[in-house]
Amino acid sequence: MMSNTTWNLDPSLESTALVQIKPQYELFIDGKWQAPLSKTYFDSINPADETHLAKIAWANQADVDLAVRAARTAYTNVWSQLSGAERGKYLFRIARLMQEKARELAVLETLDGGKPIREARDVDVPLACNHFFYYAGWADKLLEAFPGQNPAALGVAGQITPWNFPLLMLAWKIAPALACGNTVVLKPAETTSLTALKFAEICQEAGLPPGVVNIVTGYGDTGAALVAHPDLDKIAFTGSTAVGKQIQKACIGTTKKLTLELGGKSANIILEDAPIDQAVEGVINAIFFNQGHVCCAGSRLFVQESIATQVLDKLKFRLQSIYVGNPLDKNTDIGAINSKKQLETIERYIQLGLEEGAEIYQPTCELPSAGYYCKPTLFTDVAQSARIVQEEIFGPVLTIQTFRTIEEVVQKANNTPYGLAAGIWTDKGARIFGVSQQLQAGVVWANTYNKFDPASPFGGYKESGFGREGGLHGLRAYLKFPN
Amino acid sequence: MLPPRNNPDLISLLAKSPTIDQTGSIERVARIQARSLKGAAKLQGLRMALSMIDLTTLEGKDTPGKVRQLCFKAQHLHDQTSDLPKVAAVCVYPSMVGIAKKALGDSGIKVASVSTAFPSGQAPFSVKKDDTLFALENGADEIDMVISRGRFLAGDYQFVFDEIAAIKELCTSARLKVIFETGELDSLDQVRKISDLSIAAGADFIKTSTGKIQPAATFPVVLTMLGAIKDHYDRTGQMIGMKPAGGISSAKLALQHLLLVKEVLGEAWLTNEWYRFGASSLANDLLLQYQKQLTGKYQSAAYFSID
Repeated sequence: MMSNTTWNLDPSLESTALVQIKPQYELFIDGKWQAPLSKTYFDSINPADETHLAKIAWANQADVDLAVRAARTAYTNVWSQLSGAERGKYLFRIARLMQEKARELAVLETLDGGKPIREARDVDVPLACNHFFYYAGWADKLLEAFPGQNPAALGVAGQITPWNFPLLMLAWKIAPALACGNTVVLKPAETTSLTALKFAEICQEAGLPPGVVNIVTGYGDTGAALVAHPDLDKIAFTGSTAVGKQIQKACIGTTKKLTLELGGKSANIILEDAPIDQAVEGVINAIFFNQGHVCCAGSRLFVQESIATQVLDKLKFRLQSIYVGNPLDKNTDIGAINSKKQLETIERYIQLGLEEGAEIYQPTCELPSAGYYCKPTLFTDVAQSARIVQEEIFGPVLTIQTFRTIEEVVQKANNTPYGLAAGIWTDKGARIFGVSQQLQAGVVWANTYNKFDPASPFGGYKESGFGREGGLHGLRAYLKFPN
Repeated sequence: MLPPRNNPDLISLLAKSPTIDQTGSIERVARIQARSLKGAAKLQGLRMALSMIDLTTLEGKDTPGKVRQLCFKAQHLHDQTSDLPKVAAVCVYPSMVGIAKKALGDSGIKVASVSTAFPSGQAPFSVKKDDTLFALENGADEIDMVISRGRFLAGDYQFVFDEIAAIKELCTSARLKVIFETGELDSLDQVRKISDLSIAAGADFIKTSTGKIQPAATFPVVLTMLGAIKDHYDRTGQMIGMKPAGGISSAKLALQHLLLVKEVLGEAWLTNEWYRFGASSLANDLLLQYQKQLTGKYQSAAYFSID
């Protein structure tokens, strides 16, 4: 007797009642909200339904200059005069306030950026809080962290964050900078400024001295003005490799210390002895986490030939229970693509994949009529020379290749300009170490993927960038060592 | 003890059992547990769960009177609420099968009997055979047998396989559920191995536990067994039933188990033909939550009978 049961989940929407969004946001400079000298504003919209959220100040060069001056004054007069323990107190206070406002921050992150509330609630916000707690603890232990090296703050840091993990990337940047005694001017991505502005309110509430954290909002020109400012000691950037190269050029001949965390096209490798169901689940997490808007996303899957059919069948079946839709629904697995521009980029790559002759698989699912959405997409029959295999798509698109030997897969995995992350799935511990030693990637996950912790350093090889964020290594990026 | 002798076919069958990663299994379950059930979907889930219950009493102190009361409850879960589903079966010891059969009459509710020297299985095969035949002769529709865990852990897979196959042969018209007692097995790899072995030996259902040992139906164990059922279906097109038993006493847990079935096996398994809960106290919490979902108010537990 076959049953005809269908059991569809009802909508389960997270309430937005907790979130206060102002109609208009000014620049956060010297502890105050200041109208932009540029007199211009841009619109922030919700990518899930294209509704207007707020007007946001668009900083020009003069605004950036004000912010850098405020940061310099705060550094010289206040922040550099405080002991590490005092700085740590502020950071602990900020971390606690973020925890208190966790639900509000999560909903805001989802509204502004389109990520599923489950991820904002369970990953982004808790991790961001943990980064502040972690670096708060280091603030008075820098001498112990670098014994005999006499570590000292750099001064003022210009920081530019991406739109995929807005609050988390802010935490990765601001927490170690402040712990090491620097002051900052941070420019969030133009599509996702709101949690950074909410963070500015938290800094006010925490009583952080004016000018220690400054937030200048705007597009790429604002970021360029920041990078070009002569009175910065440090630039930290997370974003695309193309923009990273421009920034590196702009810093040539200056004394600015630079860290870049850029793109990736990371290999996820399943060997034939892997725990297969868990590996399939790991592939889902590796590529569809945050709509695939993850610099370290496992976007190239390599499966050993003897299990390739089984893995592919299981992946296709698993995709049937992936919910794509309203990011505020607690059951949503894949939310909205962050912007119209990014959706067009992803769609262009999917079209390119078809033109390159790859086999496409997308599950049958209804997408909302308004907003920017993309079905989870698998491409098989792809060649190493295909552009969809070589170039970062930054969306829910997975290319699947097979291999016969470990030597072959290591070569193919490394055959990319990028080197951010990789995954290896096998039941044999010796193989985990054997293969990961040969992979040119900043992070290699074994029998898991996309695991982050404040105590663990993160960063890339090759064109995925340089410098490390997180852990003890993350402190080094915001310190100088005079002797 | 002599080293176990396993038939080469059985060895090659078990060699195909994939390895199971515990951490990954726990993470998969966590995703299911983060799902949110509301409105009509929750109501439907609660009704499904009620219809999948094997209402169970397996105590040394069971009496005919106790079993008759349980059988009445099975047919009248809560007559104050209209249009409630009936439970799937009543599960008792062989000595109570005749009484349950008579009490349930033509209600359509099945009688399941535990068997093969339940719960330990520590008896000669002749005893296990008689035990099963006695239950069948008294009208059992379903046989819940236990495996010989000691033999399984000793690597004597052939013995365990042959025992299941022999009991299956007795169950000409009854459906056979095979109980692993996963709380006595060591790892998820073992759970997967015994699942594959039992299905190959003729199990119609695979069942986690007797309810006498903790831990019982944990989510990673259930996930592992569902994985074996799925792989078998993908290979052969044959559906195998699943019965978690022991420790599932709240509606919330039951609904999470059903979501796991939906995502891992698919909706075809969401019927009491293929899925059962072995439970003694689950029904009342389901009824309580069902009333809450209908009326928006929680009632006192005192309004629900405790048979």
